[in-house]
Amino acid sequence: MRSKIRAPLLALLIVNVLVMLLGFFTDAYVQLNILFIVVNVLMALSLNLVNGFTGQFSLGHAGFMAVGAYTAVFFVTKIYFAPGLLGLFLIGIYSIAGGLLAALAGYLVGLPSLRLRGDYLAIVTLGFGEIIRVVLLNMEFLGGPRGIAGIPPIPSIQIGSFEISSFYVAFFYASSWAVVCFFSLWRLCYSQYGLSFLGVREDEIAAEAMGVPTTKVKVRAFVLSSFFAGVAGSLMAHFTSYISPASFSFLLSVNAVIMVVLGGMGSLTGSILAAAIITVLPEALRPLQEITGVDLRMVIYALALVLIMIIRPTGLFGDREWPEIWRSWKTTRNLKKQTAAQKQSQSARSSS
Amino acid sequence: MSLSSENLLLEVKDLSIQFGGLKAVDSLNFSVQKGQLKGLIGPNGAGKTTVFNMLTGVYQPSRGEICFRGQIINRLKPHERCRRGMARTFQNIRLFRELTVLDNVLLGSHQKLTYGIFDSLFFTKKFHTEQKQNLDKALHLLNLFDLANKSELRAAGLPYGQQRKLEIVRALAGEPRLLLLDEPAAGMNHSETDQLMTLIGRVRKEFDLTILLIEHDMKLVMGICEDILVLDHGVKLEEGDSQKVRTSAKVIEAYLGIENEH
Repeated sequence: MRSKIRAPLLALLIVNVLVMLLGFFTDAYVQLNILFIVVNVLMALSLNLVNGFTGQFSLGHAGFMAVGAYTAVFFVTKIYFAPGLLGLFLIGIYSIAGGLLAALAGYLVGLPSLRLRGDYLAIVTLGFGEIIRVVLLNMEFLGGPRGIAGIPPIPSIQIGSFEISSFYVAFFYASSWAVVCFFSLWRLCYSQYGLSFLGVREDEIAAEAMGVPTTKVKVRAFVLSSFFAGVAGSLMAHFTSYISPASFSFLLSVNAVIMVVLGGMGSLTGSILAAAIITVLPEALRPLQEITGVDLRMVIYALALVLIMIIRPTGLFGDREWPEIWRSWKTTRNLKKQTAAQKQSQSARSSS
Repeated sequence: MSLSSENLLLEVKDLSIQFGGLKAVDSLNFSVQKGQLKGLIGPNGAGKTTVFNMLTGVYQPSRGEICFRGQIINRLKPHERCRRGMARTFQNIRLFRELTVLDNVLLGSHQKLTYGIFDSLFFTKKFHTEQKQNLDKALHLLNLFDLANKSELRAAGLPYGQQRKLEIVRALAGEPRLLLLDEPAAGMNHSETDQLMTLIGRVRKEFDLTILLIEHDMKLVMGICEDILVLDHGVKLEEGDSQKVRTSAKVIEAYLGIENEH
């Protein structure tokens, strides 16, 4: 029941346009990283609903992404695919199918396990992620441990004599999902309806006594989160053109948790920023390796995370959103200015 | 007051619970009439809060029946009981600490929401009108309790007495029939307690409430409750108006001990 969505949504759209323009001047490597940022944004946003807003510690996000990715890839490679606009449409349908199947998985996992709390839930979801991975390893028709290669990328679109390149279509497609996800989570979490998520996080017994069906609320959050995780998985499959069970290891789940914690549990805009940072940071440190000759990348990356968490223990944005942070920052700056001005006038008076 | 079953809001029969070998509450029978303000008192460890926890569904009684508004609610979960019109406060304050005061109250009326996920995603008309209604109601309640100017503060930042008040506001937001107050005046000084009690009286009239109140302080309960139930070691000692309770030998014994004659 706090911030208005207009400002952050507008900012997100502007960033999208800027990134599109940026795509003009950069090579395929940068373009691919831009796409990964969008996938990670989707991943972090969806996990934040469970880990941040509802306060349930889930470590199985990679499992849901795997379900979504494999579903979409199965349809694309085994059922039907076409180039051009039709292809984009099909990819959209398949992404939704992947998301729905992931949501179903979320429901099946969530219903029995969300009665558990804290560490126990973490263990169960961790186990689920591993089960999915092992099951995929043993499914021969999905490639088994070899995975599936040659997944078609998002197609380029021909309009008359003008061709929109694959990257732009891909970016448009992925960022539309990110915007949809951001928009729906924001609407949900900051309505009176979504207060139930926060209530469960703050005090389950009190929430239950106030008429909030806590188990149902947790399952809802879990299902919605899994849906967007599945979609993120399907996007990832198209961008990498190759998936195997190893792509959805425990490390991916941990990465998602890192993004949520770094951005701030319960801050959607924080998740977006953190996802961008976590994706760019290791890549930005690559030149360092060429200079020093030693691979210090992961050391510095880890150190940076440790430092950020020491300086800002509640994550970059805490549980507030960007407009609030901006406003409070502005007021403190104005206060500082005022006190500085007062001091100046005082010293001027005393000198005269 | 007539004891017709029509006027009966809550009826408890043979309520018992055991924790291991300890009989925390043993064969308790009592009833609450509509519109009544009933006090539940007893020394420390008498089982008062345990009774509350069984009424609201936090504990499952090992024996007995809880009948609320003519229906047996033994098997219902806490949130289902709340939806039938039972709201409570907690002895050790349980607010949603990191949420604002206003959000706390809005969560209290969360059970009244009829719109769902899709209404909130697509700004339907229903969503807007309900959101507005609940917001107005919450602000009205906060006004009544002198908390309106703090509505944007985090609940954890309120002083102790106001946190207690906020818990009551939150419980009232769901428009309950029966309000269960667990030591609402705990930790308050005399003037704060007096204020709270007049407030409770006022709220009771305005919202047409039935209240069951746990209190430690005998004097206080004697002042406002029409009917008092005294509990000790999980057993009912005495039930009746303040005059009857005050003169009961058993109650005096439980509170002050037996007088030894030499």
